[in-house]
Amino acid sequence: MGRRYVSLWFRHLLTDWLTLRQPELKDVPFVLVAPEKNRLIVKAANHLTESYGISTGMAAADARAVVPDLKVLDAEPGKAEEILKKAAAWCIRYSPLIAIDADGLLLDITGCTHLWGSEKDYLRSLIKTLITKGYDVRGAMADTVGLAWAVARYGKQKPIITTQEHQQALLPLPPESLRIEPETVDLLYKLGFFTVGQLIGHERSALRRRFGNSFLLRLHQALGNVDEPLQYIHPVEPYHVRLPFLEPIRTAEVIEKAINTLLEMMCERLNSEGNGLRKAVLKGYRVDGHLTETVIGTNKPSNNPAHLLKLFALKIPNIEPALGIELFTLDAFKVEEVEHKQENLWLLEGSEGSTDALAGLLDRVGNKIGAQNIHRYLPQASYWPERSIKPALSLTDQPEMDWNNGRPRPSLLLKYPQRIEVMALLPDDPPKHFVWKGQKHIIKKADDAERIEPEWWQHADRHKHRDYYMIEDEKGCRYWVFRSGHHQGGDTQWYLHGFFA
Amino acid sequence: MTEARQNIIERLQKDILGWQGFVSPAVGEQKGIGLGPVETAFPNGVFPTGNIHEMLCGQQEQAAATSGLMMGILSVLMKNGGACIWISTGRKFFPASAHQFGVAAHRLVFVDTQRERDTLWAMEEALKCESIAAVVAEVNDLSFAQSRRLQLVVEASKVTGFVMRSNLQKLSTTTCVARWQVTPLPSQTEGDLPGVGFPCWQVQLLRVRNGLPGTWQLSWSDQGFTWGTEQEPQIEYTDVQLQVG
Repeated sequence: MGRRYVSLWFRHLLTDWLTLRQPELKDVPFVLVAPEKNRLIVKAANHLTESYGISTGMAAADARAVVPDLKVLDAEPGKAEEILKKAAAWCIRYSPLIAIDADGLLLDITGCTHLWGSEKDYLRSLIKTLITKGYDVRGAMADTVGLAWAVARYGKQKPIITTQEHQQALLPLPPESLRIEPETVDLLYKLGFFTVGQLIGHERSALRRRFGNSFLLRLHQALGNVDEPLQYIHPVEPYHVRLPFLEPIRTAEVIEKAINTLLEMMCERLNSEGNGLRKAVLKGYRVDGHLTETVIGTNKPSNNPAHLLKLFALKIPNIEPALGIELFTLDAFKVEEVEHKQENLWLLEGSEGSTDALAGLLDRVGNKIGAQNIHRYLPQASYWPERSIKPALSLTDQPEMDWNNGRPRPSLLLKYPQRIEVMALLPDDPPKHFVWKGQKHIIKKADDAERIEPEWWQHADRHKHRDYYMIEDEKGCRYWVFRSGHHQGGDTQWYLHGFFA
Repeated sequence: MTEARQNIIERLQKDILGWQGFVSPAVGEQKGIGLGPVETAFPNGVFPTGNIHEMLCGQQEQAAATSGLMMGILSVLMKNGGACIWISTGRKFFPASAHQFGVAAHRLVFVDTQRERDTLWAMEEALKCESIAAVVAEVNDLSFAQSRRLQLVVEASKVTGFVMRSNLQKLSTTTCVARWQVTPLPSQTEGDLPGVGFPCWQVQLLRVRNGLPGTWQLSWSDQGFTWGTEQEPQIEYTDVQLQVG
């Protein structure tokens, strides 16, 4: 069976839309204008205005001269596309395959029309509904997108072109009905081509030489010799499964079984689409009208019912069935494509296959104690200790630089440096002894100072530079202490920041 | 007669060790974990992986030394791939320090819990995951029942676990394979050279299941663990002139 297409042309899309919003504009000539090269150009005119001979592309001043009481309104950029998108979503009831055109819609209606009885009833129903909604629409049906488009805009007789009439219908149409550039149209008129029929008899090579490849493509697309792919819009079907019960359920085992059934239903679809679940919400509708809600999240998209069930199983104790649950629904709010290939996570030999197990483990832990409490760190290009590591965003993030930062770093780092009392012989010397938590530590060995300054783009007043010393006391305990600020200013203060192994 | 008896006893001892989770090394697989003399304390002279080790660290200084030793062990355990999970409440461990002990810090996954109960739960979950190299948990206390739960898990999964205990007031018996205590020792510098040398620790094995407890001195250099040739802990300190600045 050949394909059938419908082209819809919204003749006054923007003005019709505005008239619907502001009914007082219905009997007023008005235009929508937008500035272009320092002039206001008419972008859309309603049918009243058009009857005065005003068309799009005219200067607004000229239009005002023709119609003195013309209302001039500002056009909203991008509005037409927005309206068309909504119209396309609405048209889904007529066909599942809909594409958006510059000023209309294209519907692939193959196999749809019999639901309305016949093609005639189908088109009549479609156009009538749109017209009663308040849009001035013309539509046509044909075997190719090109011809449907042409007939909708330039057709003079009937809107439905059968397969037998295909060529006959195309021949008397003007060249601009072929969806070609205005320059080519002008050229065609200059050369005396006033209908498509005059062009058909000519040789391909001659046409290509004079009018270019794109013209030839459009001609053959209209004739049906060349396929024309369309970009269809797809309304996203929500991932939603439901499971009603004859008798309200109350026990944990039955709830687990129910969740398993729901997950199997959900994963069947996810599997067939190659997708995996990242976040799901389970809602239980209780007999007493209350609603229980359980949310799970995963680190990696998953469509494995067993794994997802484990995540839910951790939360089953929190589901309160009270008098019983009548209905469970499961929605997947976040769905991502499943990675099929194994990734080399740790860049070390023999580590393949561990990613899935690790991700599964972190899912379980994260769902119990919160995913925000799980961290992994990567080195960051900063000497300032607090900024020398950054949290990794995903399990597969790899460090962009080496961990080696030159000087050794302490094994334990205090979150906030603690003030210590220090005795140092000279301003720039490491301390002789320091007192921390009431205990005196006498320093036996010390490394040279390491001066760390905050980056210049960080707030300068709040972070003075620090002189870090690695010191060892008489017991052998190794500490990381620093002096903040310049000695000359008299505002120096010593802090303990970490412990070395 | 006595020789035959000796043989039987040896075989029985080996069997018992096997049932207790110690794996005797296969022939030609005698590679240690780099701990040198410390490994002789364990049955068969092999550091028991796939077991729970208990590390006592009452003070922060000890905790720092313990994490240094653990990182050295982890660098060997993580050679065959796999991540290490570090579970704690109030974590102080600084990932940038792992590099000097030969551990890539981005392979450490930190789990920060609010309660100790969650720490133990997370540790049990993590120990079940066979592709993980090791699990470290910082807790205050570990009861006998809790340690037995962990032991049962690792017997199935063969993951090595380290429990860092900070409360040393009431040390109860646990099923852990070894109880360690690591205290920092003054680092060794050559001659009168100023500065701080390689980290140096006194490693004590307070109790070892079927092994011999003891005390050793270890230090960590660029080549890995190094141990002195039978030297007593230095008690006398010679003042070192600090020439810095």
